[in-house]
Amino acid sequence: MTEVPTAGVGARQFLPIDISGVDPERLILWLGEMLLIREFESRLDGLSMSGKIPGGLHLSIGQEAVAVGIAAGIQPQDLLACSHRSHHHALAKGLAPRSLMAELFGKATGCRGGRGGSMHLADASVGFLGGNGIVGAGLGIAMGASLASKMRGMDQVGVGLFGDGGANTGRTWEFVNIASVWKLPLIIVCENNMYAVETPSERLTGGGSVSRRAEGFGLPVHTVDGQDVVSMYRATTAARDRAARGDGPTFIEARTYRYEGHSTGQIINYRTTEEVDEWRSTRDPIQRLRIALQAAGRLDDEVFDEMVLRARATVQDAVAFADESPLPDPISATRDVTGLELGLGNAR
Amino acid sequence: MTPVTYSQAFQQGMREEMQRNDSIFVLGTDLLDRGGHFGQVLGLGKEFGAERIRDMPISEAAMVAAGVGAALNGMRPVVDLNFIDFSFGAMDEIVNQAAKMRYMFGTPIPLVIRGTSGVALYAAQHNNSLESVFAHMPGLLVATPSTPADTKGLLKSALRGEDPVIFMMHKKLSGTRGEVGGDEDLVQFGRAAIRRGGSDVTIVGYSQIVFKAMEAAKTLAESGIEAEVIDLRTVMPLDIETVAESVRKTGRLVAVTEEPLFGSIASEVAASIQENVFDWLSAPVVRVGAKHAPIAHSPTLFEAVLPQAADIDRAARDLVARGQ
Repeated sequence: MTEVPTAGVGARQFLPIDISGVDPERLILWLGEMLLIREFESRLDGLSMSGKIPGGLHLSIGQEAVAVGIAAGIQPQDLLACSHRSHHHALAKGLAPRSLMAELFGKATGCRGGRGGSMHLADASVGFLGGNGIVGAGLGIAMGASLASKMRGMDQVGVGLFGDGGANTGRTWEFVNIASVWKLPLIIVCENNMYAVETPSERLTGGGSVSRRAEGFGLPVHTVDGQDVVSMYRATTAARDRAARGDGPTFIEARTYRYEGHSTGQIINYRTTEEVDEWRSTRDPIQRLRIALQAAGRLDDEVFDEMVLRARATVQDAVAFADESPLPDPISATRDVTGLELGLGNAR
Repeated sequence: MTPVTYSQAFQQGMREEMQRNDSIFVLGTDLLDRGGHFGQVLGLGKEFGAERIRDMPISEAAMVAAGVGAALNGMRPVVDLNFIDFSFGAMDEIVNQAAKMRYMFGTPIPLVIRGTSGVALYAAQHNNSLESVFAHMPGLLVATPSTPADTKGLLKSALRGEDPVIFMMHKKLSGTRGEVGGDEDLVQFGRAAIRRGGSDVTIVGYSQIVFKAMEAAKTLAESGIEAEVIDLRTVMPLDIETVAESVRKTGRLVAVTEEPLFGSIASEVAASIQENVFDWLSAPVVRVGAKHAPIAHSPTLFEAVLPQAADIDRAARDLVARGQ
């Protein structure tokens, strides 16, 4: 287990990450994906506040490496289900930015035609089983999906994510227990961003450690620096290998941090700006990978700047697409509630 | 054909469908060796093995979540909760996950959740009537069979459909016997059955209360009142058309349920009939259901809460008298 410091003052210098042994081309790709998520998410607060997006959103700015590292460590056919904070996972798993943005706008061209929204994104074609508005529920979906993978003899692994908040709901551990006793091909990830909405999780977590709880179920546990995409990738790869061998689930606790509030448009007075600055200026996952690639002579400022611009252009295109897309037909609101006709006047 | 019990009918339906479709499997407690607390999968453990008759810890949320996730990924799970009362431990998985996945994510959830329901012994916490609770949630179907034939036939439809189905089997019917259909005799959801023809008054119910309605029909007939008794068989979808057709003939309706009356299936039937068939009614629609109290331990107490055949009889007589 790697011990990851959670706070502290120290020199304002990014913590180094170890990129040895990883194909630099892949690293550049991951950097691009993290930039896309960052740029995508950075637009949403304004779009929500201006009313373009109905309702608030749970932003994942700061948590990009968790999603990108996991997606890099699994295979395209693998299935992932996560929590209400889901945009980064959706994008990393391959959901198209246009489709995601249009869904947030509530448009007909969104991945769920405006039925799902931010917390209920899904795209079966890329193995994204969905976000979930209910804390802890995504892990259960992934657990069940991995049971099917196993019963059907498929080379397919499930990934179920929950947060530090979800670590304190009982059913999470029902799911972990089943996965453990049935040796399911499942990667269980606690994406620990340290705050259950606005309450520091250390004040709420008996025993003090989510990882130690998982150890009690006999699972191998990786406590990982979630701000280091390469560490996330390595832990995920190890977990996938184990699952694919039929040895059962692995538990990963990703220690991460969200820079924004729990939801958009919130005033934050439950943590200090110093704490946020500390994370941003010493552990930012994008900057750490950028510095590591630069030090290895694989990236220069010019290329990095181009990558940022490219990500920004992709997001701009997605916003324009969403903006211009048609709204869903109101009559479709009662369509396809069930497979069977109910005789309640629902449109078919 | 030899008559089988209500529980055996379920077990037969399971066996035939499991033989027919490899993706069907059962999850729940005490299934593999014991065959379930009501013998509902007795013998299937030996035949299909521990992979497909899967014993689980007493973790209701995990049972249903496993079912939902597996259904999302190509399987057809049957989650056996033993008692439907235990669904409270999995309510989010049933109502917020299983029911809404198709709508939210566009993926069908072919999942059957079986639970023994209705009122019998063992007091308040094992005798909840939840049919209107589940029927109220868009995305769920609710089967409430009263006979072995319907149990088998509805189960077959559920296992060949693509929706999450709450399959409620009444405790008091576990040992009742009847003939059942064969391999391809499916009972469609949303098709009520007329158990007894009559022209004076319609009595509609589902599950075990249908037998009390039949008892009432018998005593009514002794007084020359011919009641038509309708068994809804499933409460979602609810075959209101068959009820309406009967009411157009009789002009009178007694809607019965074993649930507490407030917000019950009987209330839904009553409201729907007065909205749609008002002009044919000779008297107001009357509901007969349980009084608003939890179920007590002592039979003297809980029988006082439940609707009895005599209550149905009285309600029907009053209607006939009023509508003269």
